[in-house]
Amino acid sequence: MAEFIDLRDAIARHVRPGMAVALEGFTHLIPHAAGHEIIRQGIGELTLIRMTPDVIYDQMIGMGLARKLVFSYAGNPGVGLLRRLRDAVEHNWPVAVEIEEHSHAAMANAYEAGAAGLPCAVFRGYLGAELAEVTPTIKSVTCPFTGEDLAAVPALRPDATVIHAQRADRAGNVLIEGIVGVQKEAALAARAVLVTVEEVVDDLEAPANACILPHWVIDAISVVPGGAHPSYAHGYYDRDNPAYTAWDGIAADRDAFRAWMEAHVLNATPADFAARVAPLRTRP
Amino acid sequence: MTFSPDEMMTIAAARMLRSEDVCFVGIGAPSAACNLARLTHAPDITLIYESGTIGTAPDVLPLSIGDGELCDTALTTVSVPEMFRYWLQGGRVTIGFLGAAQLDPFGNINTTVVGDYAAPKVRLPGGGGAPEIASHSGEVYITMKQSKRGFVPKIDFFTSFGHGTGGDHRARLGMTTKGPTKLITDLALWEPDPETKRFTVTALHPGVTREQMADSVAWDVTYAADVAETPAPTPDELEVLRALKARTAAAHGAAA
Repeated sequence: MAEFIDLRDAIARHVRPGMAVALEGFTHLIPHAAGHEIIRQGIGELTLIRMTPDVIYDQMIGMGLARKLVFSYAGNPGVGLLRRLRDAVEHNWPVAVEIEEHSHAAMANAYEAGAAGLPCAVFRGYLGAELAEVTPTIKSVTCPFTGEDLAAVPALRPDATVIHAQRADRAGNVLIEGIVGVQKEAALAARAVLVTVEEVVDDLEAPANACILPHWVIDAISVVPGGAHPSYAHGYYDRDNPAYTAWDGIAADRDAFRAWMEAHVLNATPADFAARVAPLRTRP
Repeated sequence: MTFSPDEMMTIAAARMLRSEDVCFVGIGAPSAACNLARLTHAPDITLIYESGTIGTAPDVLPLSIGDGELCDTALTTVSVPEMFRYWLQGGRVTIGFLGAAQLDPFGNINTTVVGDYAAPKVRLPGGGGAPEIASHSGEVYITMKQSKRGFVPKIDFFTSFGHGTGGDHRARLGMTTKGPTKLITDLALWEPDPETKRFTVTALHPGVTREQMADSVAWDVTYAADVAETPAPTPDELEVLRALKARTAAAHGAAA
């Protein structure tokens, strides 16, 4: 049952050292505020799962909280590479990070299998792709009807999935709109679900086929306006593209990175996110 | 009108697309070409980005594959699992338009690592949607600037399969799609040889010499029997492209 609690308590209660955690969002609705709270609480030894680890995972990895990353595209979209991740993979700084790399199709199928309660996902993929040789969890199965060889990957079952959404109603039902990514699957695949939302409303005013997570699949909801920044919340504020571009310079240098994290994460609170999106708001 | 090699590349790539195409768009150079096609000769083209937006018509080029503009202007936006299962794996995509960090003469693409996978010299972002775009799209167009670093005889990692070692290698792996059929660069148009599947130059852009070609590719350049000259960009193509780039720069502020 969804419980409305403050973000600090939600993270402390549901995210523990050593867990496999997915902070999902496909460019849109990335739960940055929740990621920052995990960093402030110094919850480490995490297996971080995400199709498109971008700036927030670069920050968590740079702060040494991840021992493993499961992913399919690790870049700063439209800008370049993730420099903290590169430093970890290429130089073990600040700690070594094990990687389990897939394609998008595989990860999307694996979350879906997790949500569906299946042990693995079967799809037509990795044909001629070398990832199948370097990632031990990529295997194949033979279709019992046609004899076709198909790719198989284990279902993703995060200990906790953390997402950001536009709004919840007072009962804790959550509406996700726009580019919905893989969040519904990632949430339904997880043992615990944490959601940050822009606001709480009396009525979700959702169309019949809207993407809704009922309150009884969610464990904790925290109201954090601006909580996706520098990602965006469709209908609330735009993506802060200059911030993504600026990250490339900040992450390029270990000291600049530490200083930035000190100022903007370690000495900040979830309430600071509202001011960060104020100039980007598309509706008051 | 004078034009840059970059503009020639985008315009030549755009010309390959038709209104009837359903095109899975990679970010960067492919995105510019696909939207230029939509804004010029292929107004009804269906552009799909892996974030789930189908039939999108952005007014400015997105910085990421999931900018809000893509969703706002799309016919519909589906979940990422649906995108990869029903639309890509289901065989609905006619053209997959990809870029690359490293490319070999058989259209195999590396966007994963430079150097050894376990101890890479440079860790690149990885494949994302590309491995399955490369195998499931009806055919694949590749666009990238020529350089000796990028156009290598042997790629460090097979992120996305093109024609493998050539000939019928794709078919032997069970692929029924055509694979890379066009390579559009800042200097030339290339197509795979019908038998060997090795990329062969079919047209040089205006003013480009064979010397320039040899100096910008780290494999032996082969030429088709008849090498055409790519028609120069028309004033209309250049105006539309420049206006698109200007709108994009204004929209993304410091990012553009």
